[in-house]
Formats: sequence, C-alpha cells, structure tokens
Amino acid sequence: MKVAITSTGNSHDSLIDPRFGRCAYFVIYDTESKVIAFIPNKARDAEEGAGPQAVQQVASHEVKKIVSGEFGIKIKPLLDSLKIQMIVVKDPDKRIMDIMEMLDH
Amino acid sequence: MSPRSKRLRKVINPPLVKGFKPYGPDAGKGITEAVNLHFEEYEALRLCDYDKYNHHEASGIMGVSRPTFTRIYSSARQKIALAFVEGRQISIEGGKVYFDSDWYHCINCKCFFNNIEKDQKVEYCPLCGSNKVIEAESEVESSPEEIREDECADFCVCPQCGYEQPHHHGRPCSHQFCPSCNVHLKRKARPNFQQFRHGKGKKH
Repeated sequence: MKVAITSTGNSHDSLIDPRFGRCAYFVIYDTESKVIAFIPNKARDAEEGAGPQAVQQVASHEVKKIVSGEFGIKIKPLLDSLKIQMIVVKDPDKRIMDIMEMLDH
Repeated sequence: MSPRSKRLRKVINPPLVKGFKPYGPDAGKGITEAVNLHFEEYEALRLCDYDKYNHHEASGIMGVSRPTFTRIYSSARQKIALAFVEGRQISIEGGKVYFDSDWYHCINCKCFFNNIEKDQKVEYCPLCGSNKVIEAESEVESSPEEIREDECADFCVCPQCGYEQPHHHGRPCSHQFCPSCNVHLKRKARPNFQQFRHGKGKKH
C-alpha cells in the first residue's frame, strides 16, 4: 500500500511539512516493497487552488493514505470521493524517518 | 453577473450503487442517455422518503436552508420520474457536496485520521497501529474549518440590545430569541446584501 507524506526537504531527516497543498516535497512510500520516492510539489507556488492540484498529483501515484500537518477546506471532499484516508500529525518536529517507522509498525 | 455560488451540501451516506438500469425486452430502445442524479438529490430523497425527516429537519442535516432543500428534493423527484417514464438509466454522480466522514484520534501517536470505509469499524491507528483509538468528534466540531462549513458569514441580531449570534442555515433568525430581552432576532445582513434585497423588492 502506498502512503504519501508531505515533506519540507528531499531527505530522510527532513521534517514533516505542516501544510498539504503548499508543501515542498511529497514522499511516496510503499509499505510493502519499502520503496521511497521524493516528488517535488508542482503546485507549491500556485496562485490559488494549490490543494486540488496537489491532490491530483498525489492521486496519480495511487496512494491510499496521506500524512500531513493540516488539510485545507477544499481537500476533504476531494479525498473523500477518491477514498484516500487523511492522517493529521500535529507534531511539527516529526521527521520523515519517524513517520515511516510508525507506518511499519 | 455570474450566479451566486452554491453552498456545499453535506452527504452522510453515499449511495451503495452508482446508478440504476431499466430491464425487460424494451429496455434501452428509447432514449439511451442516462439521467444524472446528483449526490445531494439522492441524499435529499434518502432523508425525506427513507428516513422520513421533514424538509426542515433534513435541511439542517444537509447544511442548507429549507427552501434550498425543497428545490433539491423536487429536482430529485423530477429526475426520477423522468427516468421511470422514459425508461432511462439513472446515474448517481456529481453535485456540489462534501462527504461527512468521522474523525478519530489516536492516543498513542497523537494523530487525527478519518474513516473512509464507513462499514468497517475503526480499531487500529493507520499510522502507528495501536488500538488506543477514540472518536474525536468534539475536536472536529471546534476546528475552524468545520465551523465555516456549518455557519453562515451573517449574524442574527437583537433589535433592542444589539446582541449578536452567528446565523445558521435552516434556522430562521425570527425563530431565535435574545437571551436578555427575550425578543425575536433579526438578520444583521451586510450592507450590499440589504441593498440587493431592497432593489429586488422594488421591481415587483
């Protein structure tokens, strides 16, 4: 199963990005094959509608869950219709490594 | 001028199927184009005719005003009648809606998450896998985003003392009372809204 995590940088030590639509990178993590991919967020500097654009980008990788600090108001109905689960982590000091460890439980 | 944008309608139970097909030897011989029933129309029909709520109660559940609900409901009935009479398919999709999915909170990793599969009970945290999961309804209600969904930008105001409370769709101001003066409240209305109503009144 693939999980998307919003990241501030493109390494394992990067912190989780508290925003979804305007995060720097998406980390696509496959929990079965343990394959990790860092994808730069194209919608980052969009004038408006960064959230829906980011959803499109993430959904094209067929993720089932998204881990982020916060989701905007336009995102929830979109993700609900795409059947993608939202996980909100309020702790901004979590690193990508930590999240991946937690997902491996 | 572009029309006023529609409010998001809350859908609690999405339909089990994506649509309905006519059957029998003559099925599909007439107009084959499917009738598109929106999610909000399905939800209005479900609330009214299946759960037997009245329009006023149902409008509150969907987060729209009572007249808007009645319009959605009548549109649903018209579309279904059209499909029945002309033997057309019904496809349920589209519409200006958001789905209501419950939020949960994990005590172990302190994360919040929602439940996509409504039929399955949430037992384990999707992040850390612990079973210390509780429903986070109170948190959701107090989050600013959720308040924006249920509340209108306008206020109900007391004509005597000036007491204000946020206006809710489906709850007329004149049915609300001022806690200190005990008189009916009135809509505060933004200046341009007042003007719009005034101008509209003159025409007729």
